[in-house]
Formats: sequence, C-alpha cells, structure tokens
Amino acid sequence: MDQTVHTIPTEAGPPRGFFSPTAKRRWRNFKANRRGYWSLWVFLVIFILSLFSELIANDRPILASYKGELLAPVLIDYPEEKFGGFLARTDYRDPFIRDEIEANGWMLWPPIRYSYRTANSYIPYSAPTPPFWTMDKEQRCSAYPMGSEDPDCIIGNMNWLGTDDQARDVMARMIYGFRISVLFGLLLTGFSAVVGVSMGAIQGYFGGWTDLTLQRLIEIWSSMPVLYILLIIAAILPPGFWILLFIMLLFSWVAFVGVVRAEFLRARNFEYVSAARALGVGNSTIIFRHLLPNAMVATLTFLPFILSGSITTLTSLDFLGFGLPPGSPSLGELIAQGKRNLQAPWLGLTAFFVISIMLSLLIFVGEATRDAFDPRKTFR
Amino acid sequence: MSDPLLSIRDLSVAFHQDGQENLAVNRVSFDIKRGESVALVGESGSGKSVTALSVLKLLPYPAASHPSGQVLFNGKDLLTANEPDLRDVRGNDVTMIFQEPMTSLNPLHTIERQIGEILGLHQGLFDNAARDRTLELLNQVGIRDPEQRLQSYPHQLSGGQRQRVMIAMALANRPDLLIADEPTTALDVTVQAQILKLLETLKSDHGMSMLFITHDLGIVRKISDRVCVMTQGKIVESGPTKEIFDSPKHDYTKHLLAAEPTGQPPKSDERSPIIVEGRDIKVWFPIKKGFLRRTAGYIKAVDGIDVTLRAGQTLGIVGESGSGKTTLGLALTRLISSKGKIAFVGKSIDSYSFSDMKPLRNEMQVVFQDPFGSLSPRMSISEIVAEGLRVHEPRLSPDERDHKVASVLEEVGLDASTRWRYPHEFSGGQRQRIAIARAMVLNPRFVMLDEPTSALDMSVQAQVVDLLRKLQRDHNLAYLFISHDLKVVRALANNVIVMRQGRVVEQGPSEQIFDAPQTDYTKALMAAAFDLEASSADIVSD
Repeated sequence: MDQTVHTIPTEAGPPRGFFSPTAKRRWRNFKANRRGYWSLWVFLVIFILSLFSELIANDRPILASYKGELLAPVLIDYPEEKFGGFLARTDYRDPFIRDEIEANGWMLWPPIRYSYRTANSYIPYSAPTPPFWTMDKEQRCSAYPMGSEDPDCIIGNMNWLGTDDQARDVMARMIYGFRISVLFGLLLTGFSAVVGVSMGAIQGYFGGWTDLTLQRLIEIWSSMPVLYILLIIAAILPPGFWILLFIMLLFSWVAFVGVVRAEFLRARNFEYVSAARALGVGNSTIIFRHLLPNAMVATLTFLPFILSGSITTLTSLDFLGFGLPPGSPSLGELIAQGKRNLQAPWLGLTAFFVISIMLSLLIFVGEATRDAFDPRKTFR
Repeated sequence: MSDPLLSIRDLSVAFHQDGQENLAVNRVSFDIKRGESVALVGESGSGKSVTALSVLKLLPYPAASHPSGQVLFNGKDLLTANEPDLRDVRGNDVTMIFQEPMTSLNPLHTIERQIGEILGLHQGLFDNAARDRTLELLNQVGIRDPEQRLQSYPHQLSGGQRQRVMIAMALANRPDLLIADEPTTALDVTVQAQILKLLETLKSDHGMSMLFITHDLGIVRKISDRVCVMTQGKIVESGPTKEIFDSPKHDYTKHLLAAEPTGQPPKSDERSPIIVEGRDIKVWFPIKKGFLRRTAGYIKAVDGIDVTLRAGQTLGIVGESGSGKTTLGLALTRLISSKGKIAFVGKSIDSYSFSDMKPLRNEMQVVFQDPFGSLSPRMSISEIVAEGLRVHEPRLSPDERDHKVASVLEEVGLDASTRWRYPHEFSGGQRQRIAIARAMVLNPRFVMLDEPTSALDMSVQAQVVDLLRKLQRDHNLAYLFISHDLKVVRALANNVIVMRQGRVVEQGPSEQIFDAPQTDYTKALMAAAFDLEASSADIVSD
C-alpha cells in the first residue's frame, strides 16, 4: 500500500548494532508487556544466582587459609590428613577439623552451611524439623553439646525452611533443585529444538515422499506410551540426569516438527525462495538463510512453553520415583516427601511455591514473547 | 435530481499505529448524483479504497478514526449512524464489490446460498421465491446455465464468473449505489471488458449510481461520468470525465495521463546470435486418480512450443491467466522439468540436473512479478543483491562485492547509499528495481521477466519499462517478457507469442501481431486490451 519511503536517515555504512530493525521492534514490543519483561529479569536473576549454588549453600567453606596456605575447598577436594584427620574427603563441619583450621588460619563460609546432601546432625527434634524461626533460641540449639552457648549455634547453621525426613536442609535442596530443574528443562528444550527443527525443516523443504514417510514414522513414534517406556528403561539402566534427558529427548522433539514443517511448506513457495533458486543458491543455504528465520519465529514462540512443560515432566517423574537417582536435589522428590509427611507442611509448601513461581514466570515470559512476535499486535 | 444521493463532506480518515497517527484521507469532498457514476482514480496508497470503505464504515475501527467529515446518504449521516441502521443500509441501499472475487465469496457456500443469504436478510425471501430471484439475477449478470450453477461452489467457477456472482449479490436488493473497488484488476483483459460492459448495462437499466475505484485510466474514460483524482489522501482535481482527460489542470493528473508505457522495442535482427532455443517444449502435469495414484491423464500446461530468442531482442509472451506462459518461462530457465530440446548459447541443457545448471545460473536470470514477495524481508538490500555473487563469484573480497552491489544499484537508478536498508522501507517500484539489480549484478545474457510490471502503478510501470530497455541496450540482453498487459508488451517486445491453453495461437513480429492480428482470439485480446471492447463469449471464455 504505502508507496513512500519511510524517512530514515541514510547511513553511510551498515546499520550499527547487531540486531536488525525487526528484532529491535520485537524487543520494544516485548518490553511493552511489563509483566513478561519483569518476569524475564526476575527469572534470569534467580537462575544466574542458582548457577552459583555452591557459593550460596554448601557444607564446605568457599575459601580457607590453613598454615599460611590459601585453600579453595569449594573447588578442590582436600584429603583430611592435610588437617590431621584420616578420611579421604574432609568434613569441614566436623568440630575437630573446624577447630584445627581456625586455630591455624580462617574459613570463609557460604551463607548457608549445608549442601543438598548434608544431614544436620544437631536437629532439635526428630526429622523433619520445622524452620528455625518457629522456635526460640534455646530450643533450636538444644541438640548442640553446649546448647545455645555452642559456637555452632549461629545463623549459618540454621535450617531456614526446616529439614526433610533425612535431616537435610530444605533451603539448600530447594536451591539445588531449582537449578537442576531449569538446567534439565533448558537442555531438553534446546536439544529437542535442534532435532525437531531439523526434522521439520527436512520434511517441509523436500515435501513429497520424504514428508509422507517421515510424517507416518512420527505418528507411530509419538503414539508410544512414554511413561511405560521410561519405567522399562529405568529398570535396565541406572536412572541419571543424562539418561533421563536422553529418553525424554527421544519423544519431546516431536512437538516442534508440526510448526516448523508448516512454516517451511508455506515459505518454500515464496517468490524470494524461487528467486534464490534461480540465482543458483544451494538447498542448504536456502534452508538456513531464507527459510529458517521464518520458522524460528514459530519455534521461539513455543520455547518458553516447552521449557515449562519439560520442567513439569521431570518434576512429576521425580514425584513418582522414576526420575533422578535417590539423593538428588529434586523438587518432585520434595513434593513426594511433603505428601508423606503431612505433619511437616513446610516441605510441601516450599515445593509448591518454588514450582508455581518458576512456571508462572516462564509462562509470563512466553506470553510476552508470543505477543512480541505477533506482527498484527499493536501496542498503544 | 437536485439532491445528491451520496455526499461526502470534508471526510478524513486516520490510522493509529505504534503510537503514531497517519492521515490516510485528508478532507475529501465529492457528491454522487442519482444515476451517475463517479470514478476515484489514484495510485496505490492514495487513500481511494479507504475513502470508499468509510462510506459503509467498513474500516478496522477503532484503529481507524474519522477526525472530521460527514458521509451523507439521502441526507443522513452514515458516520454517526448506529450499527443496526448501518446494517440496514449495507447490502440494501449501498452495496460493494471487491477486487478479489475468490476471497470475497465464502468457499464453503454454494452460489444459491451466497445470494439467498442477502435476499433472506433484507427482503425476507426464502425457498422458492429466493430461488427464482437468484435465477433472475444470475441471468441478469450473464451467467450461462444458471440452473446448473446454483449448486456450484466458488472454486468451480472462473474468475470472471465469480465476479459476476459478486455483482449479482450486489444487485440483489436493487441498491441505489454500487461501490466497485477495483472490480476488474484481478481479471484477464478479455473478462475485464465483459464485466465493464455488464456494469454499464446494469447501470443504465436500473438507474443505479456507481462509485468506481480504479487506477486504470482506460476504464475511467470508458465507464464514468465524473472523475476525482486522488493522491496522498487528497482530491487534487475533479470534474466531468471528458474535461479531465482533454484538459487536465493539476500536475498530478497530467503525470497520470502521461504514464502510459511508451517507446520502441529493439529492432529485430536476424544476424544476432541465438541465446535460447527451445524445440517442441512440453510441460505436462499428471492427474493422479484412484487408490494407487495411477496417472489418469495430463494437464497440458505447455504443449509443444518452439521458441527462439536472440541477443539484444525481446520475445513477449502474452496470454490470459492459466495459458501456460509462466510455465513456459520456468521450463526454458530449467526451473521445472520439461520435455523437448532446450539449447542455451548452443549448449543443449535439457538433460541438465539442478546442480549441472548451477554454473549457468549467472547467465540466465529471472525477475518475478511480485516485488513484495520476491525480496526476503529479513535481508538488507546489499545482502539480497550480493547473494548471487556469493554463489557465482565466491572469490570476491567483501570490498569488491560491495563495490559491485553499489554500482549495479546506481545502474538501476537507486541511491547506492540505501543498500543497508531493508525491503519494507522501499516502494513497489523501488523494490522491482532491486529485484532487477539482483539479476543484473551477475551480468546475465538472458533474463526471464515474469510480469515484472503488473503489480506496479501505471506511472511506475512506465519507468520500469524504460529501465529495462536501457539495460537491454547497454548489455545486449535477451529478454523473455511474460505479461498479460499488452501495452507493456508493445513497448518492449519485438517478437510476440500469443498463448492459449498451452498452445501457440499466433506468433510473429510484434508489429504484425498488434497491427494486423490474424486469429479471432488475438483480435479479441487486442480489442479488450486497447479499447476495452468485449467480444462474444464464443471466442473468449469467461
């Protein structure tokens, strides 16, 4: 319709900045959705913090100085004989080791002195114990040898969200559990996108028999009962992060094929694709330079939703006990504990709030992304 | 006859987008008397369609708004009318027909149901009464065998028949005013002539007023009593048709009237070397039937055509849509598979595979019809033009490549400093220049031009035709020019093939085809294209 050239000042060189005008407009649209924009920042901050979980919640000091030597116990496993003990790995929470190091130097502890697998041996009641702020000082330190006068009765040794039924700190498990869930979700989404987009691209671009055959294969493949296959495989292979990721990847890539294939089928008949073909441009260049950018819009719109879907799947598998190996910090396992210990509501509530906040943030980001990529949406 | 039927006073239309307000129509005023037809003429983006749509308040409100103005229909302001009153007027007193007859008909409804719906809504006619009236209307608009057509779906009708059905729907309630928004732009010239003739008869029979929106001045001269010339949202000149055509006052009107493509095609030269030669070219698409998808027959898109194209010469291929002209072009450039001998500069290329063709692609180039679809929206102009260079001259350094891109952009008449911009920042004519630059940067010997001007405004068409002719002279190019627009073909081609249903109807030097056509079909085509004269339906189908 518009026959006039928009008045944009003529630059002498290529446009500055890495992003094209379209990408910039989308970013503006994304920012216009305040809820999604803030959700993204909140999520990023939490996620990046959780990547450094070892520095936030750990049963060993971040830095220590012993007899003039600077040590980084977070990174390196020092044998205990270094400090006069006999174990292969040093237990820095042991009063003997602690006194030995503090006598010959100092220790810098993370704010929470528990890792996800550290059991608190000085719990006031039988596990699960409630959060420390529900008790007075006498009570919460009653298990220490010297009671509330004990040098270990400090804030870093307290269980902010109580302990689970094996006396492990719920706060620490939550932080590590969040990290493993998000990482699992991101990796699964990333790998599924790579496989799904390539499959969709091949089907959509070549069409015909390729398309027909692969479509039928996908139909058969996606009709397999995933949960039962997981159960069977879990019985043969030891369940672990990577094996679980691999098994779920086998089925999750299918979600992307439909959209990408449709975009390719539509776009391969565009005149600019014919024009590229007439220039003698090869198939792979056409796919990557002309068609993939079109398909990526649909894919990107999908990503946050697939990500939250992957996290939910992992959590539910953990809840059922078919997920990560026992002892792993997992939110699903926390829910299962909450279900078993209804007298300890902090277990279930913690898991509930972490999962619901995490998924809500992702969905808000997803909504904003979807709106940002919608060319018809206008923002006032 | 004193009071005008429709009176538009001071009408403005504004659109909100990205927080900005764009004035699409700026204080437009005109009147339409009873039984009069008024044409709104202008190029795309001039606001003529928006003006017409605001008469019935069909714009996307609230994104659109009317900062000022009145639309008085029989003395009543439609802009302030409420929705029920408007619905009464729409389809009853004022009706519209649109440009694209395929998308204006519901593909899931039969013809009987489409027309019957309006009759039921506004006149309360149902069943047999509605059926009789529908048949009467179909007869009126000249659909043959209307009884059989009642149960047809839109896809079973040709473009001309669909537009006739649209007109029948518009006439169903004997409207006082018919708004026709480019009703013939999507149709072939012969069908266009028939539809115009139909509209004219209907107008005189029913005493209907007509608001005719078009960019084609030939149609205006033929059909309208008065003309309003619009540009950039304003009416710059209005008056009786004859007056405007004979003594235009405003510069823009003069510019529009002078915009016909002119100039002489290259002289035929039997001695110049043959670039492309095709013998007995056939493109048959199989029709598959049954469970085992056996080939039951063929659609003969191109059925045995001989082509000879020499350096510096232009071969025009004309014909209606579906006549196989684009398919022939694609077969000659080996973009689709075909049967028959094809030679390119003496080399036989009919058995070449797609990858065998790759080294030859820089010598044969294609320019497509739609300048909006043929440029990737995600690439800058520089990237678009350089794409072919990356394939065919991969050893060029970035600086050399950039230099080539800049010089070819200058050659097609664009400012080279705009090469970092994206296609959406350019107008249709500029985009077509970019598409031409993309083909020219590889120094081709043969260029296939597939309707390169048909999506462009008249005045831009003339500029593109001039550009193509200049490039041909400078580089001794061989053009295969495919078009349904005979005026453009006459200005460019020295040899013409007239195609119909995959076969050659007539072929020869262009003077002979244009000045002394031999076959009835070619004569009908010429009459329709140049004089908008309809021919009998025996020669041309509708």
